Amino acid sequence: MTSTALRSRAWKLLEMVTTPLLPSDYLDLVSPLRAGADLRGRIEAVHPETGDAATIVIRPGRGWRGHTAGQYVRIGVDVDGVRLWRAYSLTSPTNRQDGRVTITVKAIPDGKVSNHLVRRAKPGTLIQLDQPNGDFVLPQAKPAKVLYLTAGSGITPVMGMLRDIEFDDVVMVHCAPQPQDVIFRNELHDLVADKKLRLTEVHTDTDGMLDIARLNELVPDWAERETWACGPAGLLDAAEEHWTEHGVQERLHTERFRPSIAVAGDGGEVTFSATGKTVDADGATPLLDIGEEAGVLMPSGCRMGICFGCVTPLKAGAVRDLRTGEITEAEPGVLIQTCVSAAAGPCDIER
Amino acid sequence: MTAIDPTAHLTAEQIEELGRELDAIRDEVIASRGEKDAAYIRKVISAQRKLELVSRGVLLFSIFPPAWLLGTAGLSVAKIMDNMEIGHNVLHGQWDWMRDPKIHSTTWEWDHVSPSEQWKHSHNELHHTYTNVIGKDNDLGYGIMRVDEDQKWQPLHLGQPLWNFINACFFEYGIAAYDLELGKNLHKRRRKNPEFRARAKAVGRKIRKQVLKDYVIHPLLSGPSFLTTLAATFTANLVRNIWSHSVIMCGHFPEGVQVFERRSIKGETRGQWYLRQMMGSANISGSRALHFMTGNLSHQIEHHLFPDLPSNRYAEVAVKVRALFEKYELEYVTGPLPKQVFSAWRKVFRLSLPNKKPKVKTPDREQELVAA
Ligand code: FES
Repeated sequence: MTSTALRSRAWKLLEMVTTPLLPSDYLDLVSPLRAGADLRGRIEAVHPETGDAATIVIRPGRGWRGHTAGQYVRIGVDVDGVRLWRAYSLTSPTNRQDGRVTITVKAIPDGKVSNHLVRRAKPGTLIQLDQPNGDFVLPQAKPAKVLYLTAGSGITPVMGMLRDIEFDDVVMVHCAPQPQDVIFRNELHDLVADKKLRLTEVHTDTDGMLDIARLNELVPDWAERETWACGPAGLLDAAEEHWTEHGVQERLHTERFRPSIAVAGDGGEVTFSATGKTVDADGATPLLDIGEEAGVLMPSGCRMGICFGCVTPLKAGAVRDLRTGEITEAEPGVLIQTCVSAAAGPCDIER
Repeated sequence: MTAIDPTAHLTAEQIEELGRELDAIRDEVIASRGEKDAAYIRKVISAQRKLELVSRGVLLFSIFPPAWLLGTAGLSVAKIMDNMEIGHNVLHGQWDWMRDPKIHSTTWEWDHVSPSEQWKHSHNELHHTYTNVIGKDNDLGYGIMRVDEDQKWQPLHLGQPLWNFINACFFEYGIAAYDLELGKNLHKRRRKNPEFRARAKAVGRKIRKQVLKDYVIHPLLSGPSFLTTLAATFTANLVRNIWSHSVIMCGHFPEGVQVFERRSIKGETRGQWYLRQMMGSANISGSRALHFMTGNLSHQIEHHLFPDLPSNRYAEVAVKVRALFEKYELEYVTGPLPKQVFSAWRKVFRLSLPNKKPKVKTPDREQELVAA
């Protein structure tokens, strides 16, 4: 017998010993970050960046596949005992010697997870991780000239890029309300001092919002530059329009933290018919969350549309897939993934 | 139906007011659920797993009597924790609010021969909805016993103390059969029903796995301690079965607990539903350790009022619930474990014989409510 066959036999035996649990349920107690475990990470440090932003140093589990500069990672954090998932850009370089990764989080008003991470997260805490994801990344071939156009926490994926690869000619235009709100300000200024970066800070409290037409004056050769832009939807919309107008849209790469939400038929009254509950839902919140908040027993797993642990019959009405915008209408036998579906009008979920 | 309705003095408005007060208690706990509670269940789960591992490890050497004693005791406790404070409560969805898929009613499987899925249906749905309604709540005597004077006596009932004892020893199998509704499904026609067959298969699979683990693999791994380990796992299962059977008997069988007629729950309001849970359940008083080992089902009354509140909160809820019992002049049935167990068993014996004197017909609750 080959050694793999032997090992799988031994594993089968182990599963028989631990039934109805799995061997991993026991191994998780002692070694939650081991290879083969569900991917998790341990928070090792929290460094304040600005008044409302902090960098979280995470030691990922052995299964971590590594990231590409500019990518984000979804993390599951227990806030007040409730597991919540959010995506954050990775800000560490990809070749960090100690294998740790960092995310940099800006606390947004009423943001449950961001405020928790910035103000209350403690070293030693275990969090859930997904593999890094996203295609807001640098190309294989180095572009000659680069422009980074960022605002607020939109600087985080770009910082991951800046720290990862040096370019010969890099310009950055960054918007923040005031100088002290600029995340990574010292590091950026060091880069400037070393002549590795040309930086324009736009302080919106005093200068007003960045008018995209001002780019001509701030970065005269912007149209020749390969550009990565990240920030609020308003800025990105304006940039996309501007680049398209000048026929250079293929040079612009954007990253939106929150996908723009379709408008028509958004939200509606959701009935959980098995439980007899009816609640109002908006068009952006997954039905899984809506149900749980209403106290309905909702099956779930990954909460991101991959495990199908949350599928539930849709008895009436229509739902929108939050990833693709696709509308699904009720028909006999139609199952929906409640974790990635939102109400697109009134609907009836069999729970 | 007991001779005198102990809720007869309440007006319909009072009953609804009681319901609102209970809702407020529930809301308060829900609003304050948080990190501490989550840490609690995680700690319990981790402790249970470690205890089970260590005990099974010790039993590998069970040929030595002290190892046998220690391992058997540890495994018994671990199995009780698994079924009571963890399994029963997780399967009630008490911890679903944490959104941790590993501690969730839809994914949890317990160390028991009845598959979680089936138990959730017969227990959470049927028993908790129709608590103590004769003919609807099969937990009343599990279909094998007569537990109220109102139930018709049959000669078969003479044997019920014996059935009950056997049921206690093999309680997990009793539950599995009960969840399958074996009695009523054994007729030829029902046996062929594909839905029943699928469920029976699931039970078979679960039994096979459980038996293989406890009575074949673990003893085999023990080598020369084969027989002693076998005896140890058998003993642990026996202890767990008798313990959980006793705790559960204390929940609805002791003297003072009311049962209800089918028609009394027609059009029941929220307040009336609450009231039925209050009158249909009984508590066990005792130390914190006792509450823990019963999976907090010692707070059966509170559990029946709020089956999905985290078990670690029942103790604080109990203080408020008890105050409501006093306010509304209702009897809060409780007592130490031996007393409640004795009371439940006495009833089993008493009702194995026909009623002493012909019962006087008493008006049922609904009629009295209308009259009031
Ligand atoms: S929870 Fe995994 S697909 Fe919905």
